[in-house]
Amino acid sequence: MSKTNVNTFRNQPNEAGRFGIHGGRFVAETLMPLILNVEKAYKKASADKSFQREMYYYQKHYIGRPSPLYFAERMTAHFGGAKLYLKRDELNHTGAHKINNVLGQALLAKRMGKTKIIAETGAGQHGVATATACALFNMECEVFMGAEDVERQKPNVDRMRLLGAKIHPVTSGTGTLKDAMNEALRYWVTNAETHFYIIGTAAGPHPYPQMVRDFQSVIGTEAREQIFEAEGRLPDALVACIGGGSNAIGLFYPFLDDTDVAIYGVEAAGKGLGSGLHAASLTGGTPGILHGNRTYLLQNDDGQITDAHSISAGLDYPGIGPEHSWLHDIGRVNYVSATDEEALVAFQLCARLEGIIPALEPSHALAYLSTVIGDMDSDDIVILNMCGRGDKDLGAVLPVLEKLGRM
Amino acid sequence: MAGRIDTAFAKAKAENRGSLGVFITAGDPDAATTEALLDGLVDAGVDFIELGMPFSDPMADGPAIQAASLRSLKGGMTLTATLEIARNFRQRHPDMPLVLMGYYNPIYIYGNDRFIADAVAAGVDGLIIVDLPPEEDSELCIPARDAGLNVVRLITPTSHDQRLPAILAQASGFVYYVSVTGITGMASAAATSIADAYQRIRKQTDLPIVTGFGIRTPEQAAETARLSDGAVVGSAVVDIIADGVANPSSPDAAENRAAIVRKVAAFVGELSAAIRA
Ligand SMILES: Cc1ncc(COP(=O)(O)O)c(C=O)c1O
Repeated sequence: MSKTNVNTFRNQPNEAGRFGIHGGRFVAETLMPLILNVEKAYKKASADKSFQREMYYYQKHYIGRPSPLYFAERMTAHFGGAKLYLKRDELNHTGAHKINNVLGQALLAKRMGKTKIIAETGAGQHGVATATACALFNMECEVFMGAEDVERQKPNVDRMRLLGAKIHPVTSGTGTLKDAMNEALRYWVTNAETHFYIIGTAAGPHPYPQMVRDFQSVIGTEAREQIFEAEGRLPDALVACIGGGSNAIGLFYPFLDDTDVAIYGVEAAGKGLGSGLHAASLTGGTPGILHGNRTYLLQNDDGQITDAHSISAGLDYPGIGPEHSWLHDIGRVNYVSATDEEALVAFQLCARLEGIIPALEPSHALAYLSTVIGDMDSDDIVILNMCGRGDKDLGAVLPVLEKLGRM
Repeated sequence: MAGRIDTAFAKAKAENRGSLGVFITAGDPDAATTEALLDGLVDAGVDFIELGMPFSDPMADGPAIQAASLRSLKGGMTLTATLEIARNFRQRHPDMPLVLMGYYNPIYIYGNDRFIADAVAAGVDGLIIVDLPPEEDSELCIPARDAGLNVVRLITPTSHDQRLPAILAQASGFVYYVSVTGITGMASAAATSIADAYQRIRKQTDLPIVTGFGIRTPEQAAETARLSDGAVVGSAVVDIIADGVANPSSPDAAENRAAIVRKVAAFVGELSAAIRA
């Protein structure tokens, strides 16, 4: 399985969980035996046909996969460049791509005999997906969420509570995703023997980045088949937003070896890269170690992690999954960024032109489109990962659009 | 040549008692107070000192030590300044073992080779890096050991017997048994579980085994030092510092600092007396 092939971008990580210099297992000893157990169980499950069948069953009948690949005709006309297709993962049950990963990990937890689940969440989409899977499989669910995010993503907090999850608002640090992850890890250290930690993005200690990528790759695998069906060929470009990087790696991974496909990962530039108030770890950070892996981080000269800023709670994280850091180092993927304001404009544009209210996270990918598409021919093809819907964001977005005089 | 750590443990053993270690965070609330606190710990009779290198995201620490890290960073503490504190300490105290404890990222950013060289030159005796398990030994722990630093290993209730050889392979100085499955400053362990763990680890190493996490009183320290080869107290000491910062006993900063040092020294004096009783 892990045979070395220099002609592929799909041979990472190695046995130690490394993607180039990134990744690894930088965790306290208390967690180390657990992480090794998860790795062993995941290896066994991924080689087991019955696990694959179970996954497929829930993907089809519960999530509603495959999600459509939709030709966005009016946005295509608006940009006047390449043909734009949207991979509609916002139509998944619970409204985002997060459920793809959660079902995989919940089924793994079930196989390992664990019935208590913890999760961190930023936008609340991962928390909602985890609460949902826990209801479905009769598991106890505890979700750690930054106090600031509890405020700005209230509808998701209510959904989680309705689904029976217990919410722990986190006030340490800036009260956002990084702090929620710290607290979830601390809680896991304290309840190591009984609990399974469902990490919500393609980051954390090995095997999480690999496992989350594999579970999310259903997005790219479907998109690849669907674009062949619709157009008879590969796309020319892929675009996805990046918080920790799970929706992006899910779309990108099956295309990594198709080197004619240009790939763009869009980070959150917040109030602008020059302002210092952003969440662009690759374009504005340096490699370091946090949350169990080495990866690009926002940090100061003394190795202290600095605060991220983004209007989108799901992108408001000072790190990124280690596979993206590697893809950045080797130059296979272009990492770019979009500001809060650009994302808001794109949010509204997509709603008005396509009747699709996107989440603030993929609105960053939408915002970058004008740059990519402008340079392309009209018979070129772009696929954008519409990884979540925006209902959760109305409370945060509408007042700002009003203030900008756009409503 | 036996290192300071080996010598200190041998001395306690010759006195037929366990050792006492105390943890404080460098720069909490500022470098001058830390230097005075370190002197106070030596005078109060500790056998070794763990000096915390502050980190913004201390994943394995409870609220007390998290807050200590933040106070320290807010006061402008850096790894360079922590090494400076260590160097000054070594000039005043040639024999007291000093172990730096913290997380990997600030060291990685400082540069592993440069850090090891500067720590050795400062007279640091050992390192405890919380988020470097044996699986990640090659980058820092092995070069540190080769440069003469002790690599102090953490062993936890989840470290099962088959795992111990890997953990102990590079260990030196002493091993640190984290007696509870959890973060610092929370629960304390039952005596029977410490005794069982001690037996389990003792089968696989001759190094001194000290126990920490959740030890708050002189009685607990004495009992823990009896059940293993030593006790480490952290959060209970850090709490005294936090209280002195939050509720200054004097409007004069120097006077308030002296009061904090007196209170810490008095408490550590009780710990030390209990261990020697
Ligand atoms: C809809 C949506 N997209 C993207 C993200 C960012 O995560 P990732 O980069 O792992 O896809 C989130 C996170 O909450 C989200 O809810």
